[in-house]
Amino acid sequence: MNDEFARSEYCPLTTDHCPLISVNLSDLLQDVLSSTTGPLMGSFRPEVVISITILVILLQRTFLPAWKLGAFYLMLLGLGTAFYFVVPWHGTMEGMKSPPPFTGMLVADSFSVGLRTLLYLFTLLLIPFTQISGVPKREDAAEFYVLVLGALLGMSLMVAANHLIVVLVGMEMASLPCYVLAGWQRNRRFGSEAALKYAVFGAGAAGVMLFGMSLLAGALGSAHLPTMASKLIALFELFPQERSAVVATSGLLMLGGLMLFVGIGFKLAAFPFHFWAPDAFEGASAEVGAFISVASKIAALGLLVRLALAFSAVPDPGALEKLAPAREYLVILISTLAAITCTFGNLAAYGQTNMKRLLAYSTIAHAGYMMMAVAAAVAVAGNADRSGAEEAIASLVVYAGIYLFMNLAAFAGVAFLRNVLGSEDLHEYAGLVRRSPGFTVCMALVMFSLLGLPPLAGFTAKFAVFKALYETGKSPIHALLAIGVLNTVLSLFYYLRVVKVMVIDPEPADRTAPEIPLRSAAGGYFFLLASFMLLLFFFSGGVANWARRAVESLLM
Amino acid sequence: MSDFLTTLLSSVIFLPALGALLLCIVPIRSDRFIKQFSLAVTAVVFAITLWMAWPASSANEPGRFALGMANMQSMVLHEWIPSWNIYYFLGIDGISFPLALLTSFLSVLAMGASWPIAKHVKGYCVLFLLLETGMLGVFMSLDFFLFYVFWEVMLLPMYFLIGIWGGPRREYAAIKFFLFTLVGSVLLLVAMLMLYFNSDLRLLGPQQLADCRVVETKDAPEVQNILKDAKPVHTFNILALAEMGQAERSPFAQALWLGKSVSWWAFLFMFIGFVIKLPAVPVHTWLPEAHVEAPTPISMILAGVLLKMGGYGVLRFCYPICPDAAYELAWLVCGIGTLSMVYGAFAALAQKDFKRLVAYSSVSHMGYVLLGIGAWSAYAGNNYNADYWMWGMNGAMFQMIAHGLSSAGMFFLVGVIYDRVHHRNLDQFGGLFAKMPLYSGISVGIFFAALGLPGLCGFIGEVFVVLGCWSYSTALAVLAASVVVLTAGYILWTIQRVYLGAEYKGPHGDAITPITFRETAIAVPLLALAVVFGVYPKAMFDYMSPSIDKTVNALADWTRGHEKQKSPGDIIIGGVTPRIIIQEEEEEKLNPMMNDE
Repeated sequence: MNDEFARSEYCPLTTDHCPLISVNLSDLLQDVLSSTTGPLMGSFRPEVVISITILVILLQRTFLPAWKLGAFYLMLLGLGTAFYFVVPWHGTMEGMKSPPPFTGMLVADSFSVGLRTLLYLFTLLLIPFTQISGVPKREDAAEFYVLVLGALLGMSLMVAANHLIVVLVGMEMASLPCYVLAGWQRNRRFGSEAALKYAVFGAGAAGVMLFGMSLLAGALGSAHLPTMASKLIALFELFPQERSAVVATSGLLMLGGLMLFVGIGFKLAAFPFHFWAPDAFEGASAEVGAFISVASKIAALGLLVRLALAFSAVPDPGALEKLAPAREYLVILISTLAAITCTFGNLAAYGQTNMKRLLAYSTIAHAGYMMMAVAAAVAVAGNADRSGAEEAIASLVVYAGIYLFMNLAAFAGVAFLRNVLGSEDLHEYAGLVRRSPGFTVCMALVMFSLLGLPPLAGFTAKFAVFKALYETGKSPIHALLAIGVLNTVLSLFYYLRVVKVMVIDPEPADRTAPEIPLRSAAGGYFFLLASFMLLLFFFSGGVANWARRAVESLLM
Repeated sequence: MSDFLTTLLSSVIFLPALGALLLCIVPIRSDRFIKQFSLAVTAVVFAITLWMAWPASSANEPGRFALGMANMQSMVLHEWIPSWNIYYFLGIDGISFPLALLTSFLSVLAMGASWPIAKHVKGYCVLFLLLETGMLGVFMSLDFFLFYVFWEVMLLPMYFLIGIWGGPRREYAAIKFFLFTLVGSVLLLVAMLMLYFNSDLRLLGPQQLADCRVVETKDAPEVQNILKDAKPVHTFNILALAEMGQAERSPFAQALWLGKSVSWWAFLFMFIGFVIKLPAVPVHTWLPEAHVEAPTPISMILAGVLLKMGGYGVLRFCYPICPDAAYELAWLVCGIGTLSMVYGAFAALAQKDFKRLVAYSSVSHMGYVLLGIGAWSAYAGNNYNADYWMWGMNGAMFQMIAHGLSSAGMFFLVGVIYDRVHHRNLDQFGGLFAKMPLYSGISVGIFFAALGLPGLCGFIGEVFVVLGCWSYSTALAVLAASVVVLTAGYILWTIQRVYLGAEYKGPHGDAITPITFRETAIAVPLLALAVVFGVYPKAMFDYMSPSIDKTVNALADWTRGHEKQKSPGDIIIGGVTPRIIIQEEEEEKLNPMMNDE
């Protein structure tokens, strides 16, 4: 509690709240140094390792160009080390509380640890996949991996952001490498189109978001999230007396919040900021698609949680009540967009014939389910008992952790099939079960997991979120639950169609493509991922416990 | 002992899945061997369940089904997902065990009926075995979450079994089946969440907690932990949910949406979910499609086992957990039941396709199950006498088993003739008695069992249901009884069109050969059981009656308490009450106006 109080008061950019401004320069420097070097050696060691890895890979490319697999091994080594440092092996995810890391620009709580673990784990799984599927080619691997690592660094900042500047920097660091990755296949026309579309949309969204940030920071006089929250409370306290002023500022804040959401919505591919997604996914290679659809979505959700909870849940119970208008606004905003995103994604996926476009809409729908959990958390964030909000965020972490495996597996399946079939069109998959039965069964497991049928992991994810939605006990969130449940039924058709085409449709007579046995590298990798669909379901308890630990210090 | 029971019940459920896994791993090329292996697996499972059913020689033999015991027995409880209060909780009683036995028995016969399957035999057998695991799991699980998982596990194998090995319109039929069942499942999921979050174990006493296996014994230290917990302790335990649902101050009685209680909504959602599976009019439309397109053995399983899950669900979940909603909506249950009976019978009369006729006869026969369960004949007028309702409920349960035997038999017999002549057009049959005497004899026997001829199994269930219903609603009972005439109409007409007549004039007349030994071996046990249960129904009532009577008695007691609670004024003041109510209403009308002023 005391630490929290200190953190919210500790704000480098505002003068009136900051006790440090009165001390002399050397003390200030001393303090900045200690709050910077401490976390660099502690909670943020993984990011330091990643930065070093980027440098080493680039140097290796310059000085040892003959070592073709160098980038791959260095990448594995660097990521593995970073993963080792980020995972809380001792069971507790207690991050660094005091002094606030980087003068309060970042937070190092259990939530950032949990989400960064997911991000690093995902990238660690992605690297062997890129090596097996052959995108990038060996000579390009160094650049590809450096871009992935750079984006990962930005995503780590996003989930740990505590200041609007960090939000912006993190988002841009995460986005820019993704634009380049989307256009990785230089010689394909669609690749360039994908990259251009993604970059133009991204730039527009970033501009709007920046404008929104300036409105928020200007109206509240700070860009430090906890300080902004306390300013907001102070503003609401004025309400009955200075009605018109409060209303005017609130309008400005609502507009700013909406514009800020444009940026996050773009990263999440939430409706109506999703237009880039199908084209970018279709043009980009499946490997990049996996990275953009999983890593960048998890990071954006983490950021959404940070921003939403910053203005709806403050540690002080007395102040909590005063934030009710902010919560109301956020619940309406997030739940409406979640409902539309989910429904739109599922409906639009119907007509798709290209697997990557289909998966693009499927990821849009999944982002909708995950946003529902955030809406639920905000809706109950005002309760004195914090377990409701914690439970909702924990369900989001469960969903994100399982979605990571499901979506990676789906894109991996598409990539491996592209390598043998030379196509990503669904009708080319007809009758694959005859030639590659094992591979097809794995693909069916992944599709049914995405649909959310037991006994597969996707059901655990959906169950966790639906459970959290019901638990809120609020009727708007119950309406979300109804929409989520309906969407599960809606999504049946297109996931099932993929399986139907692969299993029931007759094989074309002129197919010459070789089979994918499970004993090959591709088959084995895919089998491993698909078996996680079953394992994560049977060990749901472990996943749930882990997620609970990941949120234990989020709201403290 | 607990370890032994865990192994026993788990092996019943998971042996088929294990067999499926073995089939996947071991590279076997011989289709014949794969079928033999699968048949052996189903036979072993049947042998285990039969061993469990055999009357015990000594009083207390673990694993054996104790006759005359109404409570849950052979219970097995292990932690599965402790952070969500989910347990691996299995057990059997007189309601679930006969159905589990029916499942394992029909699985053996259906596997035997799968011999003509020639396409992708390995895939077929793997899916078939997975389906069996799902079915047995549904009947044995006592944790709502676990039940739901098994319920869904059946979906995928069924989809593929219809979609790959089915008839010409198999894809349409398979997706329709999938869609209908999934809609039911998600409603079930919502109901499950509603019941879980409104449940509170603190409302139960130590003895009840021990009975429901929430704790080991009533003196266990966990009892005090639960009772003294500051927050509500939620549970997925079906037995505990039922105890809470029937408690005087049920936690499910509070209002949820649109002024209706949790119990009301949960009942409605679960009822729709189960009734889709049953199936009842108007959500039965998937059934004729699925039955007509499915291969013969899968039709047998579908009609023999899957439909029973709907009835089992209503009996195990809807009524014990949400009695107040069931009481309020008894008219709906009975109405839908009767509607299904009448509609199904008329639809069957109109069919030209042999298999479609049998499918509609299933809709009609399963209507009896709903009517038997729903006829709530314990009310104030007969001093909450539970006897009639017991008849109805026992009849419903008996009807489920009887229909499981007769409908599986009918589908098999249709399959036998279809394998020879490759059509099912009722107008093109005739004269089969001359060419296939044994087959025709068995067929007539099984069709008469479905008709409800006295001395065969169908009669007992129907007559008990109609008798039970009489005291609830004479009109419905008369209607239900008169459906028998329709049933006789379509069955006799079918027998006349298919088996009688001078000679067979349809296509492929040369292919008609007498029934083989394998086919006889599948059909004769079904006919034999139909006769045994028709002549000596006690053989089955011994197993199920204690549990059903207990359920009905508990619900009748609940009704008594519920009625008294609802209208204490009637009993004490009598005729004075209505005036007081009117006065209060008038005051309420006046109040808002006064506030406005």
